[in-house]
Amino acid sequence: MIRLGDIAHGRSGDKGNHANIGVIAYTSEGHAFIQRMLTAESVKAYFRSLAADKVERFDLPRLFAFNFVLWNALGGGASDSLRTDTQGKALATALLEMELPDPANLAAMLPPPPRFPRPGSGQPPHRHDSTSRNPED
Amino acid sequence: MPSSGIPDSIRIGNGAGFWGDNLDAPIRLAEQGALDFLTLEYLAELTLSILAHQRRLNPEAGYVADFPATVSRLIPILKAQPGLRIVTNAGGLNPEACAREVGRLLAAEGMGGEKIAWVSGDDLMPRLGELRSAGERFAHFDSGEFLKHFETEPIEADHFQADGLGGLVSANVYLGAQPICNALDQGARIVITGRVADASLTVGPAMHAFRWSWTDWRKLAAASAAGHLIECGAQVTGGLLSRWQTVPDYAHIGYPIAILDARGGCRITKPEGSGGIVNRETVTEQLLYELGDPARYHTPDVTLDFTSADVTEIGPDLVEITGVRGVPPPATLKVSCAYGNGYAAKGDLVVSGRDASDKAKATGEMILDRVGQAGFPLRRKYLEVLGSGATLPGVPPGGAELREVVLRISVWDKDKHAVERFCRELSPVITSGPPGISGYAGTRPKPRPVLSYWPTVIDRRKVKPVVHLGTAESIGASGTPRASREEKP
Repeated sequence: MIRLGDIAHGRSGDKGNHANIGVIAYTSEGHAFIQRMLTAESVKAYFRSLAADKVERFDLPRLFAFNFVLWNALGGGASDSLRTDTQGKALATALLEMELPDPANLAAMLPPPPRFPRPGSGQPPHRHDSTSRNPED
Repeated sequence: MPSSGIPDSIRIGNGAGFWGDNLDAPIRLAEQGALDFLTLEYLAELTLSILAHQRRLNPEAGYVADFPATVSRLIPILKAQPGLRIVTNAGGLNPEACAREVGRLLAAEGMGGEKIAWVSGDDLMPRLGELRSAGERFAHFDSGEFLKHFETEPIEADHFQADGLGGLVSANVYLGAQPICNALDQGARIVITGRVADASLTVGPAMHAFRWSWTDWRKLAAASAAGHLIECGAQVTGGLLSRWQTVPDYAHIGYPIAILDARGGCRITKPEGSGGIVNRETVTEQLLYELGDPARYHTPDVTLDFTSADVTEIGPDLVEITGVRGVPPPATLKVSCAYGNGYAAKGDLVVSGRDASDKAKATGEMILDRVGQAGFPLRRKYLEVLGSGATLPGVPPGGAELREVVLRISVWDKDKHAVERFCRELSPVITSGPPGISGYAGTRPKPRPVLSYWPTVIDRRKVKPVVHLGTAESIGASGTPRASREEKP
C-alpha cells in the first residue's frame, strides 16, 4: 500500500460550515491514478465520522488537481463548532494518510526534483518512505 | 513608465492575512518588496461581529487597532518611498474612526497633507428596516431559510438573550474594487475600507494603475486570481505547505508579492533574501484554498474559472498564473451576518498513565454527568481525547498504547447558567475522579457568547458604497471628512 501523501499534496479550509480539501498530484501519472482511486464516494466514506451531508469532487486536470467540498462537515463552523479543528485545517493532512493500493508505476508519481534548486536552501534530497517499507506492512 | 502614465507592471504586496498575523511582516515587506501597493487583509468571516461588540462598548472602536499601530511603524518607509500606497480592510465596522486615528498619526509626523480615504456602505445594520421593506429576505446562502429573528435595531452589549436568539449583531455586504479604485484615482495615499471581497484589495490598485475596462473579464480575473493567492499572506510562500520540510528558513518567511502587468499577466513572488518558498506547490495549494466550485469562484468584480488555469515556475520563487477565465459576476452580492446564539465553553485536563485514553473518556463523562445531576442537561457537548487522533478523522490510530493525552470537553447551551455550571465542574474531578490528572492550573474557563454565522445575499443595485476623502490633517482633526460621491459596488 502507498499513502495518498506519497503521490499528492493538499490543503484544506472552511467556508461557513463547509470544508474543502484541495488534492494535487505531483505528476500526470499520479493524477490519472488518483482520478480513478479518489472518488467523492471514497472520500465521504473515509470521513464518515464527520457526517457530511454530501461530498462533491471538482476536477482541475490542467493543475493535476481535485477539489473536494464536504458540505456541512464542520459541526457548525468557526464559532458554533465544539471541535478543536473548527475550520477543517487538519483535514488535508488526514486525507493524505489514506492508503491506496500500490500503483504499477509509482516512481513516475513521486515528487519531481525542484526546477530551480537553491544551493544551501535546505531542500533535502527526496526520500520516499513507501519504497523502503517493510513489504509485510 | 510610458508617456500614457500607465505603468508596464505593478507590485502589490500583502502583509497581513488575518487579524492577529505577524506584526513585523508588513514592515519587512514594505522595506524589502519594492512595492507600489501594500495591502493588509484583516477580516475573516466572523471578525466583524467581534468588532461590533467592541464598538458597542466604545463608539470610537470597532476597527482593527493593529493597523494604526502598523502605520506608525511604516511612517519612515512612507517618507522614504513616496510612491508607496496602502489599501486595507482594517476599517472593520468603523472605517471612519480608523481613518481619524491614522490621520492623527500622519499629521503628527509632518504628513498632514497626505490624502486618506475611507469607504462606507458595507454596513447594512442601519438599513435593515428599509431593505426588508424593499423585499430583501436575507435567505441563508445554503439552506434557503429566512432569518426569522432578524432585528431591525442593533442589540445592546448585554442583550445576548437567554433563549439564544440574541438578535443580529452585524450584517455586512462584500463590496468590490470600484470604491478602492476611485479612492486611489482621487489621490488617496491610504485607503481604509470595511468589508470588501479580499481579492478586491488587489483588484482596486490594478484597475487604478492600468485603467482597464470594468468589463474586461479576463484581466479582472487575472487580478482577482492574484488577490486570491496573496490574501492569506504567507500561505502562498511556504505556510501550510504539505512538504513543509522543503521550506527554507520558515522563521524569516517572506510575505507575498503579486506582479501584475498591463496586459493582464500575473506572477507571484516574495522579497529577495526572505525565507519561505514560492513554487508550483505553494501556489497550487493556495489556489485551491477555501474554494467551492473552481469553475465559479464569485467575487463582486468578476466570476473566475480556475479550471482553465496553468501554474508555471518561471524562476526561483517566481511563479506565473495564466489562463484564468472571467465571466460577469452575479447580480447579487454576498452578505455576512452574525447573530448571538447562546454560550459555549471548553476545558482541558491532562490525563496520564496506563489506559490514558479510556481514563480520559471516563473522566469526561463523569464531569458531564455531574453537570446533568445539577439540573443542567447541556444541549450540546463534545469530548475529545487529544493525542489519539481527534483532529484526524479517517486516520486509523497509531499502534502504540497512549500513556498521556489531553481531555478536552466543549459544551454549548442557550442558558448561560448551564455553561457556567459546567465550568465549575472541571476542578472537582481532580480529587473525585481517577488518579493521574493534572494540567488544571490557571483560571477556570468562562462561558463565551456564541456569534453564529449567517451568509446571505443582496441585490447589488441596493448597495451604495461611498468614498470619503480628505487630508490626514483634516480627517484627523475634524472627524467629519467630506463625503464625495456614491459609487457602484
